[in-house]
Amino acid sequence: MKRFRGFVIKEFYHIFRDKRSLFILFGMPIAQILLFGFAITNEINNVDIAVLDHSKDATTEEIINKIAASSYFSIDQFIERESDIETVFKQGKIKAVINIEKDFSQKLIKDGKAHVQIITDATDPNTANTIYNYVTAILQNYQRSKNNNITMPYQISPQTRMVYNPELKSVFMFVPGVMTIILMLVSAMMTSISITREKELGTMEILLVSPLKPFQVIVGKVVPYIFLSVINAIVIVVLSIFIFKMPVEGSIFLLGLESVLFIITALALGILISTIATTQQTAMMISLMGLMLPVILLSGFIFPIASMPLILQVISNLVPAKWFIIIIKGIMLKGVGLQFIWKETLILLGMTVFFIGLSVKKYKIRLE
Amino acid sequence: MKTIGYIIQKEFKQIFRNKGMLPIIFILPLVQLVILANAATFEIKNIKFAYIDNDHTTTSRALLEKFSASTFFNVLTNYSSEKQANSAMLNGDVDVILEIPPYFERDLIKEKQNKLGLTINAIDGATAGVESVYVSQIIQSFNKNLRTELMQVSDKIVRPVQITTIPSFWYNETLNYKTFMVPGILVLLVTMITLFLSGMNIVREKEIGTLEQINVTPIRKSQFIIGKLFPFWVIGMGLLTLGLIIAKLIFDIPIVGSLALMYAYTSVYILVVLGIGLFISNFTDTQQQAMFIAWFFMVIFILMSGLFTPIESMPQWAQLITEFNPIKYFVEVMRMVMLKGSSFADIIPQFLKTLLYAFVMNLLAVWSYKKTN
Repeated sequence: MKRFRGFVIKEFYHIFRDKRSLFILFGMPIAQILLFGFAITNEINNVDIAVLDHSKDATTEEIINKIAASSYFSIDQFIERESDIETVFKQGKIKAVINIEKDFSQKLIKDGKAHVQIITDATDPNTANTIYNYVTAILQNYQRSKNNNITMPYQISPQTRMVYNPELKSVFMFVPGVMTIILMLVSAMMTSISITREKELGTMEILLVSPLKPFQVIVGKVVPYIFLSVINAIVIVVLSIFIFKMPVEGSIFLLGLESVLFIITALALGILISTIATTQQTAMMISLMGLMLPVILLSGFIFPIASMPLILQVISNLVPAKWFIIIIKGIMLKGVGLQFIWKETLILLGMTVFFIGLSVKKYKIRLE
Repeated sequence: MKTIGYIIQKEFKQIFRNKGMLPIIFILPLVQLVILANAATFEIKNIKFAYIDNDHTTTSRALLEKFSASTFFNVLTNYSSEKQANSAMLNGDVDVILEIPPYFERDLIKEKQNKLGLTINAIDGATAGVESVYVSQIIQSFNKNLRTELMQVSDKIVRPVQITTIPSFWYNETLNYKTFMVPGILVLLVTMITLFLSGMNIVREKEIGTLEQINVTPIRKSQFIIGKLFPFWVIGMGLLTLGLIIAKLIFDIPIVGSLALMYAYTSVYILVVLGIGLFISNFTDTQQQAMFIAWFFMVIFILMSGLFTPIESMPQWAQLITEFNPIKYFVEVMRMVMLKGSSFADIIPQFLKTLLYAFVMNLLAVWSYKKTN
């Protein structure tokens, strides 16, 4: 045990001696969470649109003013011809064109209805669809005010309650995701690199001939990183509470325990990578290339998993980040206790055991 | 020239000698392209829907029938109490709960109006908004049919004015997300491979100690850098080609614009990424440091590229930061040229910025590489 302690202390020395890495290790997650917490949102704001008004009468002017007044859109230019639509889209700045038909007012008065065409640049389908929905909503409001709020008989109105995030802030969605990505990648990368580094520099041989058991060597390498990652996790949680006003509805103690569990899962994955890779380069490429996009895309961080094709929903179960995101959202936003997230916790635990078991099996005590 | 040739030869040999790396460079990105392009969709379907029917009449059942008929709502669960339903939502089994109050039908007929309770899990605000729209649409259309049935002669009919909106989705009529995501993810993969490889390159020689050996040779700084850059440039272009073939064959993505223009742009773009990579490599002492920095920038580049979330919605200062994001330009150009068929004239701003960026980064890379310690 004393030997083991000595080894852990040596590892701490190694880490603390490299001031630059340490700075990177703590500075980057903070910079990222601040940047992304403020910058990433999937709402739309100030989208540049163009207007093609064939009528140019009082009603269309009112409509255009309504659209211009909303914070979603800013009217960048008025175009005169249908052929200009193609041109503005190709330049790429304008995302939508509002095309108002001829004799709009007259048709509205005479026939009781008139059309507005919303042409969107659907190379980004999500923005295109959102723009369409928002313009439609603005026009519906306008229509309602025109109709002097006549209520139809037998009206059924849904009373919608948005729970857990009544203001629909996207920060609540993205902060847990960013936290997960940072913990996952930093932890997996750090361990896989630090172990392969010893292999590549040849110092692993020295450790293996020492009286320390191989198991102790690996655990000793991981312990300091658990410590560092926990500090990282604490910093991120504190930032999300105080800067992004994320609530912690559930127990903060449970949140801490779950974070430690997730960190260990990620570290175990790092160990597994290091048993496969022989050089630092390979280890890093596996943990970066292999983990970055799957963690971002398949964890439910940005894209809802329920909408993915079935096969990907199955694959997403293999991504530890997915389960951790469910856990943090549960504890922080829904305020659930362990009775609601025991399944996710058990899965993370199982993955950790599996990664460690596989690493022990693959771990070579002899060098070729 | 001959010297550069030798360095290039050496670099290629080193890359192809490392058998563990080859699949990571060539196969992993393509597999990810094929798989992950399917994952990136904001389309909302299979909404986890539950209901509490306290009315149990033909009207309430007819309304619920509408929901089960819709393709958006897949899983329909019936809970007998609000408590049960709420606990299911806490569990994550349900995202939308519709509660039909007792005497719903009776009161609707008597009072000529009524309310429904709708609870939506809003952690993902954007999704919640869409879900609410879908529910309202179903209720509205149900309401319209019901109204014609119930309407009596005595009810005064006022004909309101109606403004209809007609959507027209250009360049991607069916709102197919893959059309949008495949070029985008290809861009990410090309960038990741070239940035990580070049970022680790010189620092690796430093760490192993072979850089000193090169430093004592008469190789000039610029020759050395060019020799280091070229193989990765070739790999990047090769990856783009393979990715485009996959885009065409597997995803059937339309390539409207000129391929030559895309290659011309990419050839400049990769230089930017390589320049950044070498610059990182020169400024770090160990591969570990280099990788952390490369990782840091990569995550920022990816999440602020406008690929997953729109740039226009970011605060002003964040939009300013995206001006320094090479991926942003690459995504824009790929989308413009590939899907809209934009010409060179349309992408001049992006092209010039990228060119300037490439020039500055490579100048910095050459400048920061010191032959002496």
